[in-house]
Amino acid sequence: MTDSFISIRNLYKIFGPNSSAMISRAKSGMHKADMLKEFGHVLGLRNINIEIKKGEITVIMGLSGSGKSTLIRHLNRLIDPTSGEVIVNGTDILKLDRLQLLQLRRTQMSMVFQKFALLPHETVLTNAGMPCSVRGDDRRVIDKSAREWLHRVGLSGAEALYPHQLSGGMQQRVGLARALTSNSELMLMDEAYSALDPLIRSSMQDLLLELQEDLQKTIVFITHDLDEALKIADHLVILKDGEIVQQGEPQHILLNPADPYIEDFVSDINRARVLRVRSVMTETISGSTDLELLDGDENLEAAILRSKGEAGKTFAVHTAGQQVGTLKMTDVLKALVPAARRSNPSNAE
Amino acid sequence: MTLDELVSKAGGGEAEVEAIPFPSLDVLHKACGSIPRTRDMTAGLERLFLDVKDPIKVVLDPLTQPLSWALRNAIETMQSLPWWAAIIILVLIAQLAGRRVGVTLFVLASFLGLAFIDHFAYAMQTLAIILVCTLICVLIGVPIGIAMSRSNVLERWLTPMLDMLQTLPTFVYLIPLIFLFSVTEPKLYGIAIILYAIVPAIRLTNLGIRLVDADVLEAADAFGMTSRQKLLRVQLPLALPNIMAGINQTIMLSLSMVVIASLVSAPGLGTLVLRGINKLELGVGLVAGLGIVILAIVLDRVSRAALQRVNKMHQPGA
Repeated sequence: MTDSFISIRNLYKIFGPNSSAMISRAKSGMHKADMLKEFGHVLGLRNINIEIKKGEITVIMGLSGSGKSTLIRHLNRLIDPTSGEVIVNGTDILKLDRLQLLQLRRTQMSMVFQKFALLPHETVLTNAGMPCSVRGDDRRVIDKSAREWLHRVGLSGAEALYPHQLSGGMQQRVGLARALTSNSELMLMDEAYSALDPLIRSSMQDLLLELQEDLQKTIVFITHDLDEALKIADHLVILKDGEIVQQGEPQHILLNPADPYIEDFVSDINRARVLRVRSVMTETISGSTDLELLDGDENLEAAILRSKGEAGKTFAVHTAGQQVGTLKMTDVLKALVPAARRSNPSNAE
Repeated sequence: MTLDELVSKAGGGEAEVEAIPFPSLDVLHKACGSIPRTRDMTAGLERLFLDVKDPIKVVLDPLTQPLSWALRNAIETMQSLPWWAAIIILVLIAQLAGRRVGVTLFVLASFLGLAFIDHFAYAMQTLAIILVCTLICVLIGVPIGIAMSRSNVLERWLTPMLDMLQTLPTFVYLIPLIFLFSVTEPKLYGIAIILYAIVPAIRLTNLGIRLVDADVLEAADAFGMTSRQKLLRVQLPLALPNIMAGINQTIMLSLSMVVIASLVSAPGLGTLVLRGINKLELGVGLVAGLGIVILAIVLDRVSRAALQRVNKMHQPGA
């Protein structure tokens, strides 16, 4: 775990007037609903442990009320935990005093918000430069880097406009540029794309992935949309009622859901488009050279297309010019059916 | 039954109807001489006020002296300006504040009209008082409003006081002030106007800051703004439309008070109204009243045009 940029350990958050007294009850396993009914306290988060690796996109997914927005606000201490530790880049941020915390927020992290949260009375350029002007950087330096990042997110020419003159998608581009201008390692994105319509959301996801290829930032992304989570996640954390139900590589979660809740969650997605060849292949390397080649990062849809409907076909899977395994089309077909339905065929609709 | 019996019966009935009197101070005094009468109570209150008057005056006099000075100077300056210079300056101010040609032309016509019926000097005195009092209301009221928006305790304590200031009949302000300050001093009416007109400036500053979008404030926190940066860069600019609405109200309340304040020697159009009442000069009173209406419309339209200009910068799609 040496490459962890953020470690969240044994984190609990309870909302209510006497939250510290409730901790022991939460630790001994009292349910969220019981605690609300008997003591009037809301159990926000229970025993959260996450290692967030440098340069990866960690997606925290859950339905509304699952505690995901509460969790991300612990990373910059917009919310203080009831118990537990949050370690960012080697420092326990719960031990910081007010000034150190300001410094942390100014230099180490930036945030993108669901409702954009731009300053309505300042221009796009000033908004994008806000993190730097808060730190008190030189005016010309701020404008230069704000212009650069606005250009990177595709907003050249909009510098002098005010936020309300832009569409929602463009406003969120300003929000993204603002986060990038701060030039910090960690980017927190709180349902950043949830307020956008599907087409714009998809193009914003592409923009984020494209930027990430160059920048290799550490990104924590909150969403309630599984398709979005699977598209951008390197590491996926699924929350339910303030607890982690499962976390790991998205492909792994898809193929091995830990419990019925997740099975239910993943049952409606287009598996052919999300699953990659490398997650389904067998790692046997056949010597024969007459097999057709297939890239391990292709999705199953591409493999099905390439097979032209032949169920008996086998491909040699390559990654970076090296053969890493073989893919039988029969495995592809099996992988397309969720595990739950495979073991219990009568459930299939 | 005889008539006598009937009469005595009726008389007995009357005696029963005669109610027990409410045990007020005056009634209790009749029964026991050591209980004070209501008259004594009001007299006592007056004595109490007269006793604490001098120490209060020692503190308040120097504190409020700049107000007298500002009012006297503002009135003198306004009157020493030649009529054309005064009109040009006022029209320029209207144009800069509102940026609306229609409003500016209306201001020009109003002042020319007031000058034509020889009420210009009176109007300038009234205007000078209003400008000084509004400025002071903003300088004091906005910081109080900011403090109030930051502390729920302060808000709980101040709200009833503001309610009281707004509902007390305006004449009641004048009574203790007459005891405290001499009637020849401008600060007497200055304080009365400010106490009455400051309320909306405080209230709407508080409201405006409390209504600032929580998401934007959270963003300000997430990027590490200090509370000072938040106030100057987020809260005050976003509350500006509400603060401006408060200032508009303050101006209108100052105008209504400045007329009443003519009872305690405030110069201006109000003195003419007072003359109309005292000497039953109907025409004088009515024309001066009309002048006040014109002044009110001018002040309202200009400050409202300024408010709309600010709103336009903030509101999407406006």
